Amino acid sequence: MHASLAAVLVQGGQATAEAAGHFEPFYPGLIILLPLIGFLLNGVLALRHGVASATAVRGGGELDLDTGGRPATHTLPSLIGPGVMLLAFLLTVVNFTRMLGAHIEEPVVISYWTWMATGTFTVDAAIQLDQLSMIMMMVVTGVGFLIHVFSVGYMKADSGYPRYFAYLNLFVFFMLTLVMGSSYALMFVGWEGVGLCSYLLIGFWFSDKEKADAGKKAFIVNRIGDVGFLVAMFLLYVTFGTVDFVAVFHDAETLAYGGSLVTAIALFFFLGAAGKSAQIPLYVWLPDAMAGPTPVSALIHAATMVTAGVNLVARSSVLFALAPVAGATVAGVGVLTALFAATIALKQNDIKKVLAYSTVSQLGYMFVGVGVGAYSAGVFHLMTHAFFKALLFLGAGAVIHSMHEAYHSTHSHEDAQDMRNMGGLKAHMPITWVTMWIATFAIAGIWPFAGFFSKDEIIWQTAAFGGATHAPYPMLYTVYWVIALAAAMLTAFYMTRMMVMTFHGTNRTGEEESKHLHEAPVVMWAPLAVLATLSVVGGWINVPESIRESFLGLGPLTSEWLHHWLEPITAQATHIQAANLGELSHSAPVGGGEFMWALISTVLAIAVVATTFRMVGQKEIVPAAQDVELTGFAKVLYNKWYVDEFYDRVIVEPILRTSRFFWKVIDAGIIDGVVNGVGWTARGVGFVISMFQTGSVNTYAFILTVGVLVILGVSIF
Amino acid sequence: MELDFSQQIHYVWALLPEIVLCVWGMIVLIAGVSGKHQDADDGAAGDPSFGPKSDLGWLTLLGILLAAGANGWLYGVNEVGDSSMIAVDGFRLFANWIFLLAAALTVLISFVYIYRLRLQAGEFYALILFATAGMMFMAGARDLIVIFLGLEVMSIAVYALAAFNRRDRKSAEAGLKYFLLGAFSTGFFLYGIALVYGATGSTNIAAINTSVASMAASPGLLVVAIALLAIGFGFKVSAVPFHMWTPDVYEGAPTPVTAWMSAAVKAAAFVAFFRVFLVGFDAAYDTWFPIMWWLAAITMVTANLIALVQTNVKRMLAYSSIAHAGYLLVALTAANENAAAGMLFYLLIYTLMNIGAFAVVMSVAHQAEERLYIDDYAGFGWAQPGIGLFLTIFLLSLAGFPGTGGFMGKIYLLQGAADSELWVLSVILVLSTVASYWYYLRVAWVMWMKEPTSKDQHSLVVVPLPMCLALIVCVGLIIYTGIFPGAAIDFARSSVQGLGSLGGGMLGLGL
Repeated sequence: MHASLAAVLVQGGQATAEAAGHFEPFYPGLIILLPLIGFLLNGVLALRHGVASATAVRGGGELDLDTGGRPATHTLPSLIGPGVMLLAFLLTVVNFTRMLGAHIEEPVVISYWTWMATGTFTVDAAIQLDQLSMIMMMVVTGVGFLIHVFSVGYMKADSGYPRYFAYLNLFVFFMLTLVMGSSYALMFVGWEGVGLCSYLLIGFWFSDKEKADAGKKAFIVNRIGDVGFLVAMFLLYVTFGTVDFVAVFHDAETLAYGGSLVTAIALFFFLGAAGKSAQIPLYVWLPDAMAGPTPVSALIHAATMVTAGVNLVARSSVLFALAPVAGATVAGVGVLTALFAATIALKQNDIKKVLAYSTVSQLGYMFVGVGVGAYSAGVFHLMTHAFFKALLFLGAGAVIHSMHEAYHSTHSHEDAQDMRNMGGLKAHMPITWVTMWIATFAIAGIWPFAGFFSKDEIIWQTAAFGGATHAPYPMLYTVYWVIALAAAMLTAFYMTRMMVMTFHGTNRTGEEESKHLHEAPVVMWAPLAVLATLSVVGGWINVPESIRESFLGLGPLTSEWLHHWLEPITAQATHIQAANLGELSHSAPVGGGEFMWALISTVLAIAVVATTFRMVGQKEIVPAAQDVELTGFAKVLYNKWYVDEFYDRVIVEPILRTSRFFWKVIDAGIIDGVVNGVGWTARGVGFVISMFQTGSVNTYAFILTVGVLVILGVSIF
Repeated sequence: MELDFSQQIHYVWALLPEIVLCVWGMIVLIAGVSGKHQDADDGAAGDPSFGPKSDLGWLTLLGILLAAGANGWLYGVNEVGDSSMIAVDGFRLFANWIFLLAAALTVLISFVYIYRLRLQAGEFYALILFATAGMMFMAGARDLIVIFLGLEVMSIAVYALAAFNRRDRKSAEAGLKYFLLGAFSTGFFLYGIALVYGATGSTNIAAINTSVASMAASPGLLVVAIALLAIGFGFKVSAVPFHMWTPDVYEGAPTPVTAWMSAAVKAAAFVAFFRVFLVGFDAAYDTWFPIMWWLAAITMVTANLIALVQTNVKRMLAYSSIAHAGYLLVALTAANENAAAGMLFYLLIYTLMNIGAFAVVMSVAHQAEERLYIDDYAGFGWAQPGIGLFLTIFLLSLAGFPGTGGFMGKIYLLQGAADSELWVLSVILVLSTVASYWYYLRVAWVMWMKEPTSKDQHSLVVVPLPMCLALIVCVGLIIYTGIFPGAAIDFARSSVQGLGSLGGGMLGLGL
């Protein structure tokens, strides 16, 4: 069967004919395969240049140019890396347009070979093409391609250039496996794979210990989430005997609504999602993950991988709809994360840290959306967030790039990411400035930018869900709604603060340095421009019915397209919800309809942006080197509520202590035995005798005997 | 061909692979002391893989190949009845493939090691062949006495191999420790056999099965006998708390021997363990279920916890091998057909990934056993991308990363556990696996993400051609079984078909 693999992939596999309808997939296997090919090619190049590169990187984070023939290391990866992405994106577009015209109701599953078969349980290596996976594929390959292009400029001076593209391609391969796999098992393969790539890319500049530690942290925290995923998958297997999406969702409604089993499954999946998507309490790894190159932060830690958890919940919408407690938990964790992370972002000075906490916060919003049963709203925000957050990160990358070169030119060791060292950059980098403001308006939820429509819909759905006829905890959802509104205001504040500190006011980089500040090259600003366009118009594809005909809805330009597009995916969950909760509310807890609250929130957001602009603009900001330490509550926020310290003290240290205890006490004398054994021989004592005298073999025999006695005792009595 | 064992000669046919190996072992031994292969070989310049001493290696491989041929031939043979001393069933033959594969891989990775450490090649290879014959006896025996004989043949050869590098104190110490503790545990094992005989009146596994099932066996004696046999096997598979010897012996023994014993000796012990408990004591499942359950649980948890803090890679792999014994004990506890097939599959994969990992450890360690610490791996991946990549794959597979054989192996073990509804053990298995990611990938991390301490740190690392061959086989099969596990698991499943009355697993015990 393996021999036919290539043939099958090229022929497009055997689609289940009856489910396919009019939809003819166009080489969908190639979409996954292309990044893998890119990885292999770039990997070979990386290994060839590995030794030289690794040597060149040495020297305390200072990135020297590759001494061994730079064109050779750069030309091929620059072609292969973005090239395979472009091809994959084009293929996705072809499939997408075909699906657009087909109106399929059932997912199209294309099976290549049987991956696992144990008795009645089989998992096929199969991909599932449906409306949700299509949206995710568009985001992953589209945004992914832009970020690959940006990287060509950003990583230009890096000696690990081919390795970087190899990892990035590998990441896309696993991410596509994650979103395209037809079963939880395949999703898990992708899930683990993207985690691995994230780990590799966070630690990309491995000469720096802090950065290497960040990779480890991400790794460990994600393992906790993985346990949740695995347990949930195991429960599904035990319950249904399968982990295929189609089969599971088909049988899912046999489970009791609100039953403990489905609640447990949903909650364990959410634990997995919380790990990957950085929700409380597992969010701690994401801000540290900013140690990786900035395009990586844009691709993995903002646009795609961290949204995998949202994708998982949206994909499992049936299970979550059946478990209202799990839904409330998802929404609750989401809304708390949105608020909590936003408060931390208020006081950060590192531009990437602000964006990192902002990402955590926005992911919280997505979880609120999928938690209150508004799955299409969650996916909608996922998509718009991919646009504007990728843009913000890439913009920040352009800024850091420029700052870095400025400091590099004077051999200064100031922090190129600290916003206190920036200011006034709009004069030097106008394109970056404009595009980042667009993204800021989008994320702040200002009409008519993309984020306005998606975030507003989530907030509105929270209110609507809480007001449903048989809503499980109406008061709780009112609280969620208020917090979500408040966090949105904080978002507008910290984003404006970031923009003002970076681009406005007077320049604080230094006199000599500021001469070297410059706009990013075209290979970097072109992706920014594309993403900026998307950040404006991206929201228009899904404007709610009730505000579409008003001026807020821009009239004929907009539609409720995404909502309808995802209907085949969410229909079952919506049905369950409607049957058990009744009609959703049409007014907010304190009155007012969707249109009114949309208007209120955008007016408030504009007001916050305007006041912040004035406030922060008037404040005197001093460069990092001269800044004084914060005090009071600001210090607590700056130190991220001391959560890392808390985890270290309460979780990490006890585990290490236990491990050492087992080693020292249970396996005592092992090391001693070896070391002493050598010592005694030196003292000229007969070797055999010394062996008996070390006590180590005696200890072993003693422990063995204790084991024997325990076993005998237990069996007899 | 039909084997009815009424004619003595039929035993010869049934034991053909073992006989081939024993005879060949003697040939290699004699060839080793002939003038051409004297120890005083001062090695001409050039690749030592093809010096006079290496001829012995190729000779040994030929013997293994012949034994493999004999093993394949046995598939065409039918035995009459299922109570003879020697079984000719799929279970045994599958196990034989594992032993032969392990032996072949070990020989391949030892070529240059033996040369560099100036070990006696003839004796080294002969001992491997003898021990492999012993393992095959264990796997094929349907009589406790034959299992004991096989166990001793194997063990004595392995004791000698552990102490083989007589210039190295650690090696001598390892051999002696292993021997002393092994002798100690053998005492329990033998006493267990005696009590089984006392309880059931037979040492034949089929007869024991009948006796236990018909409640004819004396229950008091039987309980003690089962416990003692469990201890004896527990020592050989290094289950906690009988694992104390493992880290020391694995660390001290010459690395190829460690690689081999951690895979093959464990496999042999597990195969015999399965046959005795699943077939012989099938009806006494309630008695041994709690013992196995706790052994499995404690082994998985303790070994993984201790492995987290190891800095010596050989020791880390030693604890890892204890942990893997714990996973396999889950299959034994589950005691059903899927679990047995999963165990065979896992042993096969484990052999590949463990020998592969140790082979790379051996290369990194340079001449002697000197570079074994995690820090010695800094930057290794970039200095030696090929085997760096291989080691990464072995580690990923050991950790159970999706897409590798190790992952599929764990899936099948879990499947077996699920069939017997061992939920708690399954959760412990998953949790401890997740913990194990840390210590496996830490090595990979250091290898790719850290700078070498000096420029030429890895310049002495050599990967001779035979080792390359072994590594490629290992990696190829690990990836293949990770992506297309169907063929191997189907083979394992058909191999456990004839094992006898499987399915003693009590369902719904809730533990």
